[in-house]
This record gives sequence, C-alpha cells and structure tokens, in this order.
Amino acid sequence: MENLIALLIAAPLLGAAVLLVGGRRLDAVGQWIGTLLSAASFVFGLILFADLLGKNAEHRTLTQHLWTWISVGSFQADVTFRLDQLSMTFVLLITGVGSLIHLYSVGYMEHDERRRRFFGYLNLFLAAMLLLVLADNYLLLYVGWEGVGLASYLLIGFWQHKPSAATAAKKAFLVNRVGDMGLSIAIMLMFTTFGSFAFGPVFSHAGDASEGKLTAIGLMLLLAACGKSAQVPLQSWLGDAMEGPTPVSALIHAATMVTAGVYLIVRSAAIFNLAPDAQLAVTVVGAVTLLFGAIVGCAKDDIKKALAGSTMSQIGYMILAAGLGPIGYVFAIMHLVTHGFFKAGLFLGAGSVMHGMNDEVDMRRYGGLRKYMPVTFITFGLGYLAIIGFPFLSGFFSKDAIIEAAFAKGGTQGWILGGAALLGAAITAFYMTRVMLMTFFGEKRWQPDENGNEPHPHESPKVMTIPMVLLAFGSVFAGGLFSIGDRFLNWLEPVTGHSEGHSPISAATVTGATMVCLVIGVGIAWAQYGRKPVPAVAPRGSLLTRAARRDLLQDDFNHVVLVRGGEHLTRSLVYVDHTLVDGVVNGTAAGFGGLSGRLRRVQNGFARSYAVSMFGGAALLVAATLLMRAV
Amino acid sequence: MSFPLLTATAALPAIGAVATAAVPAARRTAAKWLALGVSLGTLALAITVLVRFDPDGARYQLTESHAWIKDFGVRYELGVDGIAVALLALTAVLIPFVILAGWHDADPLETGSRRWRPTQGFFALILAVEAMVIISFEATDVFLFYIFFEAMLIPMYFLIGGFGDRAHEHGEEAASTQRSYAAVKFLLYNLVGGLIMLAAVIGVYVVAGNFSLTEIAQARANGSLHMATNTERWLFLGFFFAFAVKAPLWPLHTWLPNAMQEATAPVAVLITAVVDKVGTFAMLRFCLQLFPEASKWATPVILVLALISIVYGALLAVGQRDIKRLVAYASISHFGFIIMGIFAMTSQGQSGATLYMVNHGISTAALMLVAGFLISRRGSRLIADYGGVQKVAPVLAGTFLIGGLATLSLPGLAPFVSEFLVLVGTFARYPAIGIIATFGIVLAALYTLVLYQRTMTGPVKPEVSAMPDLRARELVVVAPLIVLLIVLGVYPKPVTDIVNPAVKQTMSDVHKTDPKPSVEAAK
Repeated sequence: MENLIALLIAAPLLGAAVLLVGGRRLDAVGQWIGTLLSAASFVFGLILFADLLGKNAEHRTLTQHLWTWISVGSFQADVTFRLDQLSMTFVLLITGVGSLIHLYSVGYMEHDERRRRFFGYLNLFLAAMLLLVLADNYLLLYVGWEGVGLASYLLIGFWQHKPSAATAAKKAFLVNRVGDMGLSIAIMLMFTTFGSFAFGPVFSHAGDASEGKLTAIGLMLLLAACGKSAQVPLQSWLGDAMEGPTPVSALIHAATMVTAGVYLIVRSAAIFNLAPDAQLAVTVVGAVTLLFGAIVGCAKDDIKKALAGSTMSQIGYMILAAGLGPIGYVFAIMHLVTHGFFKAGLFLGAGSVMHGMNDEVDMRRYGGLRKYMPVTFITFGLGYLAIIGFPFLSGFFSKDAIIEAAFAKGGTQGWILGGAALLGAAITAFYMTRVMLMTFFGEKRWQPDENGNEPHPHESPKVMTIPMVLLAFGSVFAGGLFSIGDRFLNWLEPVTGHSEGHSPISAATVTGATMVCLVIGVGIAWAQYGRKPVPAVAPRGSLLTRAARRDLLQDDFNHVVLVRGGEHLTRSLVYVDHTLVDGVVNGTAAGFGGLSGRLRRVQNGFARSYAVSMFGGAALLVAATLLMRAV
Repeated sequence: MSFPLLTATAALPAIGAVATAAVPAARRTAAKWLALGVSLGTLALAITVLVRFDPDGARYQLTESHAWIKDFGVRYELGVDGIAVALLALTAVLIPFVILAGWHDADPLETGSRRWRPTQGFFALILAVEAMVIISFEATDVFLFYIFFEAMLIPMYFLIGGFGDRAHEHGEEAASTQRSYAAVKFLLYNLVGGLIMLAAVIGVYVVAGNFSLTEIAQARANGSLHMATNTERWLFLGFFFAFAVKAPLWPLHTWLPNAMQEATAPVAVLITAVVDKVGTFAMLRFCLQLFPEASKWATPVILVLALISIVYGALLAVGQRDIKRLVAYASISHFGFIIMGIFAMTSQGQSGATLYMVNHGISTAALMLVAGFLISRRGSRLIADYGGVQKVAPVLAGTFLIGGLATLSLPGLAPFVSEFLVLVGTFARYPAIGIIATFGIVLAALYTLVLYQRTMTGPVKPEVSAMPDLRARELVVVAPLIVLLIVLGVYPKPVTDIVNPAVKQTMSDVHKTDPKPSVEAAK
C-alpha cells in the first residue's frame, strides 16, 4: 500500500511535465489532462485514507523509501515519504480542493490562449505541495517548500505582460526567500545538533538537546513559516499576489500553500514543545497577524485584496493555535481544513463575480448582484456565514476552539491572546459583512469599463458553479462533522498529542463572548454599508483607514528602508568596485608589472609586447634557476 | 604498457586544434564539424576515464609517469583522483556545447567590414584551451601543472581579444578597443599571479628536491620532509595567490567582469565554467596537500575573503545594467561559495565545493548561452533594451528562467545540493560565517528575478517584437544542460560517490575530522 504514496506526487508531476513540454499539440485538451491527473491523485489519496482508517490508531504511519538523495560523510538525505494522520489530512485537502479548482479553472480560463501552461503550473503546484507534506525529512520538505514557491511565482506572474503581475510575482518569491533563510539555518542547526534532519531522529532526540538550541531551531522555523504563510513581518507579498488568476488565489493563496507554515510548526511539535520561548514568539506572531490582516481587510475595496487580508488574519488564528502547543495543534489543523473549504469557496465566488462583471474587482462598482447570480450569492453567503463563525457552520467550531485554547494557555498571556482572538472575531464579522453587503446587496453601482463596455452580470457556467456548491457543503458541514464525537481530535492526536489546559473561564462563556463579538461586528457593518448607500468613490477616511488601505504602511517602510537603501548600496558598490577595488589592485600591481600604466596604453599595442616580455621573463627565470640548481 | 588514456584525453583536443587550424580558409563549415567531432571524441574518452575509475581504489588512478627533464626532477606525471575525474568530465561535457553555441560567432562579417574573423582559429583555440585545462586536472607533477596553468592564458587571450559580440552600441571601433583592454587585463592579472606562483614552484623544488605531488605529499605526511613554518606559509601564499586570481577571489576579481562582458557568450562560459575551475581545483589539490599547516593557518582570512566575495559579488550583480556583467558578478559570488567550502575543512564543505564546481559550470553555461542567444538577436547587452521577450519567444524565456533558477539554487536543481552542502559544511565549524553566507540565497534570487523581470516580462518592446524563438541548434545546446541540471539535482549520487573518497583523503592530509553533533558530543 505504501507504494501508492509516490503515485500521489507522480500523477500531477507527470501532468506538469507533459503540459509544459508537450507544446501546442496539447492546447485543446491540456485542461482535461491536468484536471484528470489531479483527480487521480485525489483517488489515490482516498484509497490510502481508507487503508489508514482500517488500521489501529497507533499504526497509521506508512513510509516509502525511494532513493538516497545526498550522502556526504554523516550528512544523509533520503527521498523518503511519510504518510501519517497529519499528512493524510493535508493530502485530502490539497488534492480534493485542488481538483475542484482545476475543474473551476476549465471554465474560468476558457478564453486564455496560454491555458495549457496554466494547468501545467497548477499540476506542478500540486506535486510540490504534496511533496512538502509527505517528506520524511526537512531537506526534502525544503524541496517542496520552494517548489510551491516557484509555482506561486509562475502563477502570480501568469499574466506576465502586466508589469504589476511580474512585480508581484518577484516580490512574493523574494519575501519567501527571506523565510527560506530561516528554514536553511534551522536545517543546519538540526544537523549540527542531532547529526540528522530526518523527522524520526530529530523528534526522538529533541529531549537531549539544550533548550537554547531548540529555541534557535524553533525561531528559524517560525521565520520560514512567516514567509510562506504571510505572517507579520513577512506578510507584505500576499496582497500583491492577488494579481494572479483567481483560481490561483483560491488554491494557493488561501486554501493550501499559505497554510504550509502552520504545517511546519505543527509537524515540528516535538521541538516547539521543549522551547517555550519559541512558542511564545509563535503565538505573538499569530495574534499580531490576525489583527493586522483583519484591519487591512476592513479597508480594501478590491474584493480579492479584502479576502487576502482575511486569509492572513485566519492563518494568524492557526499560527496562534499552533504556538499554544498541545492545547492548540489539533485546532490549528482543524481550522486550516475548514478555512480551506470556506476561503476557497469565497475566492471562487469572487472569481465568479468578476467573471460576470468584466473582471471588475472594485466592490464600490458592484452592488445588488444577488439577483443576477443566485448560485454565486448563496454559495458565497454560506462561506461568509462560515467564516464569521455563525453557529453550527464550520468556522463556528474551529474558531471557537482556538479562542478557548488561547484562554486556556492561562495567566496574563492567556488573557491577552484570548482577547486578541475575540477582537479578531469581531473585526472578521465586520469586514466580511462589508464585503457581502457591498457586493450582493444595495443599489447597483456598475460603470462601463475603460473600453466603454457595460457589464452584464450573469451566473457562471456549471463547470464553475459545481465546485462552488461542493465547497459550500464543506463550509457548512465540515466543522460539525469533525467536532461531533471529537472525531478530528481522535484522528490527529496520535501525531500531534493533545492536552486540555486550564481555562480561567468556561467554554460556554467563551462561546457567548464570541457570539456577542459577532453581533457587534455585523451590526456596525450593517449600520455603515447596509442602511446607507455605498459611495461609488471611497471617502477619504480616517488616518487608520488610510494606513490600512496601504497595508498599514508596510510597503512604504520596505520601500524606504530596503528598496531605496539597497539601491544606494548597490550603486555605491558598483562605483567602489570600478574605481577603488579595480584601481587599488591595478595600482598595487604596478609595482610588479606596471599594470595600470600599461592598461591605459593598450591602444598603442604596447601591452602585447609587455605580455610577451613577461612570458619571456618567466621562461628566463625558470631556466636560470634550474641551471643554477644543476651547477 | 597500457594505453595512456589520460594523455589521450588531452592529446586528442590538442591534435584536433592543430588540425582545425589547418583546414583551408574556404572550408569553414568543415572546420566547425571537425572541432565538434574532436570535442565529442574527447567526451567519449572522458567517459571511458569515468568508467575505468574505481572510486574505492587507489587515490590516483590511470597514472602515467615518464622522466622529462631528468636533471631537475621534472617528470611527465599524470593521475586522477575523484575530484579531477569530476572536473575532467565537466570540461569534456561542456566543450561540445560551447562549440555548438558559438557556431556562427566567428563567421566572417559582411563584406565591407575591416575585420576578418578567422573561423578556424576560433575553434582551434577552444580545443587548445580544452587540452590545456584537461592536462592541468591530470598533472600530478607541480612543474607540469604550472606550465599548462600558465600556457592556457595564451589561447584565452586571443579568444577574448579577437572575438566579440557582433553588435555593439558604440560601434566596432570602440568594441575592439574594449575587447583589447579586457583581454590584456585578463592576461596581466593572471600573469602576475603566475609569476608569483612560479617563485613558489621553484621554492618547492629547492625545499623538496623534486616536483612530484605524490612524493612530496607522502613525505610531508610521514614527516620525512620538514618545512619551516615560515617557508611553508610563504610557499602556500605564492600558490594561493595565483589560484585566487584565477578563481577569482575578492579583491582580485575585477578582470572577470571585463573579460566575460567583452567575450562572446561561449567564450565567457569557457572562462567561468571551465578555466576558472582550475583555480579552485588547484586550491584543493596543491594548497591543501603540499601545505596543510599553512592552509589551516590562512583559513580565517580566506574564509572572510570568500564571504566578502559571496555578498559583494551578489550585490554588484544586483547593480549591473549589462546582462553578461551581471552573470560575471554572480559567478564571483559563486566562487566565494566554492572557496568557502574548500577551506571550511569539513567533508560536506569540500565535497560540496567540488560538486559546486561541476554544477556551477552547467548552470552558468545554461544561463550564459541562452543570454548569448538573446543578445545575438537584439544586438545589445543592456538589460534596459529588452522587455516582454516571453511573449514573442516563450521557449527562449523559459530556458532563460530555468538557467536563472539554477543560478539562484532552487531546490530540485543541481546547484541547490552543492550550495546547501557548502553552507552546512561551513556552518558546522563556523556558524557565524555560515549564517551570513545564507544571505547570499536572498541576493541571488534578487539579481536573477530582476534580470528575468526586466528582460522577459512586461509589454513587448518594439525592438524585440520580431524576435525569433530558439532555433533547433540552440535547443540542442540548452536542452541537455537543463536535463543535466534536473538529473543531478534529484540524483547527485553518481558524482558524490566519486568525489567523497577523494575528499576523505584531502581531509586526512590536513588532519581534520568533521565536528560531531552536539547531542552526541554531550554524551
């Protein structure tokens, strides 16, 4: 059965190779090849899932060794896969949601002349993401980690002829590289500490290492997670990443790739459990980001960027939960899965709206769309209810569990983290209600685009709405399905461990407080965007609003400090290299062969004769020395 | 007596060079095919070496030894260890691609031009360089090595000075002047290095009484040849200086951007992917074996210089406006990694450095040759003159991107393996240096992706709108290199299996063992 694991990755990898190398011949059928191979991977996943379910909870780990990748001295990296409950969960999410989004893209990308390539990149992404979650050591994980980064780069910049898309793609890759430094250093630290970076030896010997080493490893892993999962301070790329086609935003920048940081931390539980300082840093990053993303989400008029802020914020919840240790690991992953359903659904809904609105993304130019796109409205609405935590929908269970766990950390830290999570819930209710009202309710505010085309909003074709409907089912029922009888907890516990913690307040109180926050958030949004008509041009807004529109000035900071500073540095270095280094070395050499003077007289043809004379000199020197020796 | 296989690998391209040069002027195409055939024959011989070489056998294999200048103990002594075999193979693999990529680089210009491009000479010179590089990898006699280490400057000088890019923004006259400047700068830098090394080579003879690497190294290991500390250090510096110029190491690097900028792309590949490797190779073979104590003494300074090369080269690459200069500075950064790996004195560092030499050769060849195809289409090296190329020439853009991704060491491609080994090998002994070097991976992404963005993406510039995509000949050059990058990225074992035992030997020459993991050490 374990031999099937490699096929999970092989199917989409084959798809990527065939589609990217195959050439124009495959233009007509490329989208179906990609979709079929993605679905094949999902089927393999289901078979493996059934197999795991049939086993005893303690024996639900399969490994498959393929070949020795790198072997130098004690440095050993193998191509080995590990399928356990944690990676299984991801496999189903990635291939399941991935296949639905492939299907959706068949409709969404129908008129794009480079469609074959799009599906090739999507398949490449699936293969890399599966490698990331199936790798049995950190170096192999790194390959998947950068592989998804490459796919993300290619897909954000898919419409490369737009300078904004090319810039956004480059930015995403670069910011992620900063995170990759963290992963590199973490792996090097593991090697010098444990002599290995394979999961088994590292986790079993974690107890033998000093806390300082473990904290350092933990912090470096956190840096990596910040890059991939768009957490503060490496969050700036995610908003720009919305330049990519919307199915990409749904799959990569909402449901799967951006959650890889959560996977990394939960997978490294054995390290974090013994490094409380690193854990604290994780929770702080999570809490700050969940508020940061939510605030940004409130101010955006671009529907995709509002959703991107929301994604950042929701992943903040997951990171927060992961930092809480065994109290939170299971809920981090549970929220990750439910979020995968409802956020993918929301993005596909946004794509469907754009599809019917001449690719308009400004919500101030939407309004009243519920009448024109009923399926989109209902599925988007269910996703909306799920994300704000409406009772008994998916988000209700998973988010509530995280807020409870945050309080359960205990002490002042527990109050602060729990408070932040509650506040985040209120803001989430606000900005999502805002999106909902501006898009589907109120007066229609459409305008002709720059070519003078009046939009004619219409429902999207079946190939697009069916995935939306299926995801909406997940948004509604997944949370309940997971929580009743603690199914999800029992499933993951053998891998992640679980402990209850000691909450200073009862679970019912937390739920009650969450509901109050929800009502407040929805209420304020209703007062602002439901009762009054939405202005078609954004008002100037308060200082905070204006800052939030500019992603809380993060890019301005980067621009002044990193971009401008860097430009000055490189420009002066170019000057220094040309005049100083070159000059000094040439000048020093002047003592030997009169280099700089000769160089200036090159045109006169002197140099050649000097070169010849130097060669001649060398030959003479050799001869003389050898002769002396002989005499 | 068995067939002198090593001599043959060098003799074939040498004879081929003479034969190519002798082809009548009118038979240009025949000369090209002859050169290509010879380079493929050399490749076949190199593969034979690879097959016959037993990684677990004696340190030097396929040895040949003949008295040459009896009175002075100079011998014609050849032999290869795993490191030399790997680099021999790299050279033999790359030369056919260099020849094929430069197929039209030396065609005569249109009538009316003053300059005549001797096609035969161009290809003969390339083969001559190949022969000399190969014998440098094989020589186990210090003097023999020195002769070819220096002699390869002559054909390189003519290749850089005699053949430039077809079009030039300031006209042919200015181009010719700049080419001469670059060629002379290349020559003089390397000659100065060579002269200093010559003094050290003579010094070795004075101290040891012969030039045989194996004999001296053995005598040093068993204590029968003692060198005074200061003597050893001076001799080490003499050797190292020459290799650091060739490699090149900061601050002796400034000849490289000039040379790579002015030379045609295939010649630039010849410089950075093949000839410069002799410098780093010689550090491993001669510096560490002949002067183990001095090598350790100099390690801190060399590591710092290597670190400066890594960061400085990358920053300079970011600031370039000329595509070929950018690749040159990127190479300087990469040579920093190689030298850092050698002097980290760990098996990961040194195996990684050797693997790095091979992978850097392949990845730079891929990137630079595609850049050359691009430049030949538009007649400009300036990044700003391009834009939107991916729209009109998607295959060219795609291969350029893959070359770039290899240059930034994307995991899954070959350079990642070597770069990570160098980093981890350095980190194990010098954590601070290892961490700073890691910044190189961010900078590499910056200069590569900025280059790609500015040339390939965005709106299509009118000047490139009619640009043809890669032709069949160009695809034949690029596709195998890309396949190699992927194969060696996923399965580098064939190379590491050959290199590891040799590195083990070098490690024992310098009396170093890998640091133990701290968990084990604590027990």
